[in-house]
Amino acid sequence: MMTPAGSLLVATDLRKAYGTTNALDGAEFSIHAGEVVAVMGPSGSGKSTLLHCLAGIVPPDSGSISYAGRELTALSDAERSALRRTEFGFVFQFGQLVPELTCVENVALPLRLTGVRRKEAERTALHWMEQLQVEDLGAKRPGEISGGQGQRVAVARALVTGPRVIFADEPTGALDSLNGELVMQLLTEAARSANAAVVLVTHETRVAAYSDREIVVRDGKSRDMERIV
Amino acid sequence: MSRLQVWTRDLAMGARFAFGGGREGWIRTLLTGVGVGLGVALLLISTAIPGALTARYERGDARSTMHSDTADAPGPDTLLIARIGQTYHHKDIEGHVVRAEGPNAPLPPGLKKIPGPGEMALSPALDELLKSSEGALLRERLDARVSEVVGDPGLVGPGELLFYLGSDTLRKNGPEDYRVERVTGFGYEADRENLDPVLMLMVVLTFVALLMPVAVFIATAVRFGGDRRDRRLAALRLVGADSRMVRRIAAGEALAGSLVGLLLGTGFFAVGRSLVGSVSLRQRSVFPADLDPAPWLAVLVALAVPAAAVAVTLFALRGVVIEPLGVVRTARPSRRRIWWRLLLPLVGLGLLVPLDGRGNSHGRFNQWQVSAGVVLLLVGITVLLPWLLERFVGKMSGGPVSWQLAVRRLQVNTGSAARLVNGIAVAVAGAIALQMLFAGVEGDYTESTGQDPGRAAVAVMVNRESDAPMDELAQRIAAVQGVTRAVPLTSAQAAHRMPAEEDTVQVTVGTCDALGEVATLDSCEEGDAFVLTGPSSTGFYGGTAKPGDELFVGNVRRYEFETTDSPAPVKWQVPAGARTVPAREDPTGQLRSGLLVTPSAAPKELGDFPDARIFVQVDESGPDALDRARNAVFKTDPFVTAMTLRDSTQAAGFSSIRTGLFFGAAAVLVLIGASLFVSQLEQLRERRRLLSSLVAFGTKRSTLSLSVLWQTAVPIVLGLVLAAFVGTALGAVLMGMAAQPVRIDWPSVLGMTGVGAGVVAAVTLLSLPPLLRLMRPDGLRTE
Amino acid sequence: MSIGHTLLGLLEAGPRHGYDLKRAFDEKFGHDRPLAYGQVYSTMSRLLKNGLVEVEGIEAGGGPDRKRYSITDAGITDVEAWLSQPEKPEPYLHSTLYTKVVLALLTGRRADELLDTQRAEHLRLMRILTQRKRKGDIADQLICDHALFHLEADLRWLELTAARLDQLAREVRR
Repeated sequence: MMTPAGSLLVATDLRKAYGTTNALDGAEFSIHAGEVVAVMGPSGSGKSTLLHCLAGIVPPDSGSISYAGRELTALSDAERSALRRTEFGFVFQFGQLVPELTCVENVALPLRLTGVRRKEAERTALHWMEQLQVEDLGAKRPGEISGGQGQRVAVARALVTGPRVIFADEPTGALDSLNGELVMQLLTEAARSANAAVVLVTHETRVAAYSDREIVVRDGKSRDMERIV
Repeated sequence: MSRLQVWTRDLAMGARFAFGGGREGWIRTLLTGVGVGLGVALLLISTAIPGALTARYERGDARSTMHSDTADAPGPDTLLIARIGQTYHHKDIEGHVVRAEGPNAPLPPGLKKIPGPGEMALSPALDELLKSSEGALLRERLDARVSEVVGDPGLVGPGELLFYLGSDTLRKNGPEDYRVERVTGFGYEADRENLDPVLMLMVVLTFVALLMPVAVFIATAVRFGGDRRDRRLAALRLVGADSRMVRRIAAGEALAGSLVGLLLGTGFFAVGRSLVGSVSLRQRSVFPADLDPAPWLAVLVALAVPAAAVAVTLFALRGVVIEPLGVVRTARPSRRRIWWRLLLPLVGLGLLVPLDGRGNSHGRFNQWQVSAGVVLLLVGITVLLPWLLERFVGKMSGGPVSWQLAVRRLQVNTGSAARLVNGIAVAVAGAIALQMLFAGVEGDYTESTGQDPGRAAVAVMVNRESDAPMDELAQRIAAVQGVTRAVPLTSAQAAHRMPAEEDTVQVTVGTCDALGEVATLDSCEEGDAFVLTGPSSTGFYGGTAKPGDELFVGNVRRYEFETTDSPAPVKWQVPAGARTVPAREDPTGQLRSGLLVTPSAAPKELGDFPDARIFVQVDESGPDALDRARNAVFKTDPFVTAMTLRDSTQAAGFSSIRTGLFFGAAAVLVLIGASLFVSQLEQLRERRRLLSSLVAFGTKRSTLSLSVLWQTAVPIVLGLVLAAFVGTALGAVLMGMAAQPVRIDWPSVLGMTGVGAGVVAAVTLLSLPPLLRLMRPDGLRTE
Repeated sequence: MSIGHTLLGLLEAGPRHGYDLKRAFDEKFGHDRPLAYGQVYSTMSRLLKNGLVEVEGIEAGGGPDRKRYSITDAGITDVEAWLSQPEKPEPYLHSTLYTKVVLALLTGRRADELLDTQRAEHLRLMRILTQRKRKGDIADQLICDHALFHLEADLRWLELTAARLDQLAREVRR
């Protein structure tokens, strides 16, 4: 077992097939608390599937995922959902903000899902929106703000519950380089100050350069680049 | 290019998109087609119903003898005809006895020759019934040889049960023998009276109430999948179409869908029409051939539906700006204003209220005024609802997450939510109003009869002209298997002087056992007589007599029957020992007054009794006993009426109209539910990625499912409340017009709103499987 | 780019004459700049002196270029070390990297490892630059971004090459 001591989230020998294609074929992964790990690889290599498995969104066909000593594959769907609500945060490429809710309501949503009262949830949400420099967008709806602002709102939402791991799947995929850099800078800074680990799936090396470590996924197999040098 | 050419070109391009959009485009066009088709079929059926009813009436008139030419004496062209309607297994059978008195006797419609003695002509449905095992007992009653089957021109409907029985003994006993008519022809030129105003009101209302939601539904159906289409239009803008062009193209797409709908609708109608012949609702059936829409109405439908499709599309795109890079709904349309929205229903009400009370005393309604009033009131719902919904959800915040998601979604787009619910609201309001009106009018016709089927199942009424001796008939009935008791009672009129004035005395003759049915007797022996106490009705039989009184018994009001050859009244003394006993309701609910006499104490040589009846009790375990008893009666004398006793009677047809109305409205609601479901699916599919990401960060599936429920339920509940309110108000106004006391018919209000609520539940339930499927993380996969 | 390592790598595939070496080099790496024969001669002398190659034999009747060279064990070790050592990320690196990849393919070594090693090295530098950029002023940021974009271009090239290794191997071994 090559589990590095003190890892927060460790996955070994993950396998996952969609139909006849093997999205994951013995992938490994580990991340420390507060660490930013970039997951890279060509399209269709299985990097998103790896993220989905690590986050407990999709159960792998086989293999083990251990988060803070708990085996994720042994949890029920409801338990995994609860874990995602409280311990994890998510940022996707696009289409993740509820178009009818205002930005502050969107950010407050994960808190509301855990049962926090509306007023309090929105106060916390505003705090995080300040961190991401989007506090003045609170009353606007996602359709009325730019893509970069939307992603920052999404990052604020990912951070609002104080998660220990943030999963970001191509968070800058739909942005130009300036906005992409800004989002990455704010995301990693906020994550570091909150001591949250970040699993960052990206195909852009300049985005990956914000990480501490890089893992390359090819044909469903992972490769930790740190161990090469 | 001329304006017309431009329009044609763009509409044609839209039509090409409707059919050429790949599998998904096809499905959407087909959905629109099916939706519009169902609406069109409903429209066609509605337009055909008046024609079908007219055809029924015309054929009914053609064979009627009520106002036919009659003759006083037998001749070469006279026919004796008498009605002998029968009941079998709770079904009514129309029957006539006929006897041709000469070679040129008129032929009833649908017959080739008049059945001779021992022959009968049958309707196809009765023929079938007689041949079936179900008709075994009826075969004993109608055992004549079948000479022919009555052709369609002689029937009002394909399911009608009808026979003409030949006879050589039928005779007419003088002109006052009302049972038998001597006719020289059938049918009469009907001088159609104006429809009863209340009936007219109902007909107008039924049409308006059922057609309005269909119109609303068609308007919704042509925009199935509208959001997706709008996005495709954006792509067209990108390649250079201007904004007016894309609107025309969108209209062309809707037009194509509505044309498909017209075709499908005609198909549905044709199928429904051919099925209608085999359906019998409460013994009413319609010939498919009668169900022909009036040509001008059919043309109107064929023109109005596509035109409406184009108009609705252009109207719906009014608030939408289609840019080359996407569709922008004008973010905040100006707040809806209330004044003109209130104006519509108020004007409608204003048109209706002056008609208050006109239903009474042969008043007349102006049809146009009624229709316009009702339409305005119902249209008022469709304009009030969006405003109400906007106000209702506009200020709302707080509540659980599922609620917040739903409310916010409604806030952003109240228009489309209201559009969908409008149909439901109009249908429910119309149906409630109609049900109220029917329930109110029905009150006039449904009455407790006071009859007690527990004491006797059948009352056999034997009238003056009957040939059969009373006791013999009673014995025959008693001998029938399954009959437990047959109690004969006769009665005659008596008076203190001749000719009698108002206060004649009823003298009822029967055995002690039989008299027990009409009075509470502590003891009774043959030879006893009794004087009845108890509340006596006034009128003919209102009088009474004391023991020892001298009375005339028999035809004491002889002057009324100068021409009859019945014997003169006899003198009779009320037995001195007659005791006073309290009267009791007989099984037909009648409370007698006057005297009760056992046969040996009764006046002799009375001739026939003017009124005689036999109460028949049957063994409940054998359902056929009733029909065996009827068989025995028929064999003895076909003219004797065997009346089945019921707790209550209802004017025929009313309850079936109400049932029909309920199911019609329910069908419309289901139709609208289907369109709600389709748009729900559209919306869910569009939000696939969003749903997946919400699930990713841990949103419970139940939260999302609930939000879908709220999203459907909030507008519908509001719509139903508004509909119940408007429907009740409309119903109250209509009842006022029909001069009925206003009474809210809660069962129908609850029933209709219940069906509406059921539609919400069904739509939500049906949306759940696709919702759960869409919430799977697959939606997150980009690769 | 190291001509010595390249010639050593070519020899690892099998002993060759000096003239053969020049031809092979020109064919695979020379493109528009053929190697001068003198350069081959001097390089081989240096390698011979360092004990990385040895003369296997001299063909009869031949001129000065008739020596047949073969690689020594020390030479193989030297090639090995060179190939596994990532290059310092710098502009116009591709010719060196290309040479390395081809030689790795020729000598049956793992070219993908070589590329991954280089990739990790590039990314390490990018991280450093990103760090510097975050802490620095606008001038620092612009300078770092310039370097980052170049490194990113190299990395893209590395990725693309990695994806086309099979095709290249077929070409080289033909």
